[in-house]
Amino acid sequence: MNRLLGWIDARFPLVSLWEEHASRYYAPKNFNFWYYFGSIALVVLVIQIVSGIWLTMNYKPSATEAFASVESIMRDVEWGWLIRYMHSTGSSFFFIAVYLHMFRAIIYGSYKGNRELIWLLGMFIYVILMAEAFMGYLLPWGQMSYWGAQVIISLFGAIPFGIGEALALWIRGDYVVSDATLNRFFALHVVALPLALLAVVVLHLLALHEVGSNNPDGVEIKRNKGPDGNPRDGIPFHPYYTVKDLMGVTVFLFLFAIVVFFVPEFGGWFLEKDNFVPADPLRTPEHIVPLWYFTPFYAILRAIPDKLTGVLAMGASIVVLFFLPWIDRHPVKSIRYRGPLFAALIAMFVLTFLVLGVLGTQPPTRVLGELGLRFGELYFSFFIVLWLYSRERRAAAHVNTFIVMAVLIAAADVIRFDPGKVELMLWSALIPIVYYAVFVLAPIVTSLNEPRPVPERVVYR
Amino acid sequence: MSMGGVSGGRRRFLTATASVVGGAGLGFTAVPFISAWQPSERTRAIGAPVQINVSKLEPGQLVTVLWRGKPVWVVRRTPETLDALSGLDPVLRDPDSQVVEQQPEYARNRHRSLNPEYLVLVGICTHLGCSPQYVVAAGADRYDLGADWPGGFFCPCHGSKFDLAGRVYPGVPAPTNLEVPPHRYLDGDRIEIGVDHGVKESLS
Repeated sequence: MNRLLGWIDARFPLVSLWEEHASRYYAPKNFNFWYYFGSIALVVLVIQIVSGIWLTMNYKPSATEAFASVESIMRDVEWGWLIRYMHSTGSSFFFIAVYLHMFRAIIYGSYKGNRELIWLLGMFIYVILMAEAFMGYLLPWGQMSYWGAQVIISLFGAIPFGIGEALALWIRGDYVVSDATLNRFFALHVVALPLALLAVVVLHLLALHEVGSNNPDGVEIKRNKGPDGNPRDGIPFHPYYTVKDLMGVTVFLFLFAIVVFFVPEFGGWFLEKDNFVPADPLRTPEHIVPLWYFTPFYAILRAIPDKLTGVLAMGASIVVLFFLPWIDRHPVKSIRYRGPLFAALIAMFVLTFLVLGVLGTQPPTRVLGELGLRFGELYFSFFIVLWLYSRERRAAAHVNTFIVMAVLIAAADVIRFDPGKVELMLWSALIPIVYYAVFVLAPIVTSLNEPRPVPERVVYR
Repeated sequence: MSMGGVSGGRRRFLTATASVVGGAGLGFTAVPFISAWQPSERTRAIGAPVQINVSKLEPGQLVTVLWRGKPVWVVRRTPETLDALSGLDPVLRDPDSQVVEQQPEYARNRHRSLNPEYLVLVGICTHLGCSPQYVVAAGADRYDLGADWPGGFFCPCHGSKFDLAGRVYPGVPAPTNLEVPPHRYLDGDRIEIGVDHGVKESLS
């Protein structure tokens, strides 16, 4: 064995790679529950690639055959149902893992301290993943596949000066979503995007291993090294975190298997009921709803009663995430050592995201549409307040922010003024007013936003 | 390695020329790859006009035909419906069909059609391409459209509303009226959708 290793090592840097990225890669010793999701996302990626390759063996990317071939996978192909359910469940679990992974980065400030590129590369992974999920969703050629694609491609049509319509035509390759669209989405879904995804995942990990992981205390472990040159607060990734992650992956696979075997449709959240009806270009389903991982952004799109503004707002809601490392410049990284208001701000952002997610699945009635707009305002307000909290500011800065935002929101209400909704608009305006009163004005009169001292070394809890 | 005899100028020249020529080559190579995504010749050739016989339509009834892969509606409107159209003018966003791309010139009238009785529309919402629902006045409750809903089209995807001439209501995401496709009457009962060549006079 050792001779084989020696033979390889003379020809390929196997041992040094292993040492650099595993056995001598030091990670902070205080990782907690939130640090499971990176490795879990990696495992889901492998599940998706393997199950996807097997699905390709029986799937037919043609408008006349696609729906039937998926049914054939479910009924005729040996174990085909299992492979397909692994793939469909995997896509939802991928987003669960990625959202929790991103949440971890936000609460512990993992994009700070030379880690901006890790966050940016992660955002690219997220966007590629969204494209991958969207294009994959067209492939079964069900009603929801078809009309979902129709709506999302039409988003590009909102670009003015005739560019948008030409672009939408170019993406579809036809005047409507059709066989040509299905075929190219198949090519992108199974070849182009997975290649890009893998490449960016490698870059994400390389950037991470260059700077080193952040941790729940936000302590830079490389600043405190022992006589052996290794960080005092670090432990080698292997065997410590490989074993820990094995544990996390095991629990994760239990949950994954429960869904795959017992509730693969997950009550319509992972596989929508309308998608068991073949695509019909003449009839839109009553409620067309994207899968749950897109609904927060979809709710923002829908809340705005103007096509171009709606599309821009939805685009901005994703683009703004890229800039997070430059919006939140506060020197204290972790939620543990920032004031209670910061914790409340993040809790409110999570709530906003969830509320928007639920609203995106509901029909756009008067009240829910209005609520969607208000929570859309809160979504963007999170970033405004985050920026405001970036450093100690004078009371005037807080008051000015409050006034500017009040004027902006009032202006938006004037532009979208609808005489039939006056009372509703006035009542719902309380949502942003209370939000800004708490998060922007409260720090002036209380010390709820004061950070606490950050320890030199990591602490155990 | 000795740097003796290295000509920096020659190296720079080779790198620069190779980059410029290679870049131009890459630009030209991109053309077929990008053009391959355009609708194919075959796709462009399909899209022939379709005909529909409207003699069997009951007043108020809607039928859908497929033209260029899109649903096209033909609605037979009642005289009361037609009378009610002008009453909506003050509340609509574009009551006089000012956006000229949304209908042929001969449909730029109050009823937005050749023959006032028959409305011909592309059944695709001008917002994000869903196909709206035909909701008669009596069906307004189902979609929470209010008691004074006079009948029209409602897009359940994003809540856009249109009247029975396909004109858009304000305060909804759809920016423009529904599109009227080119169409003509072959005789009193048959409508051809997709061509309007040679028919200028209204048959009303």
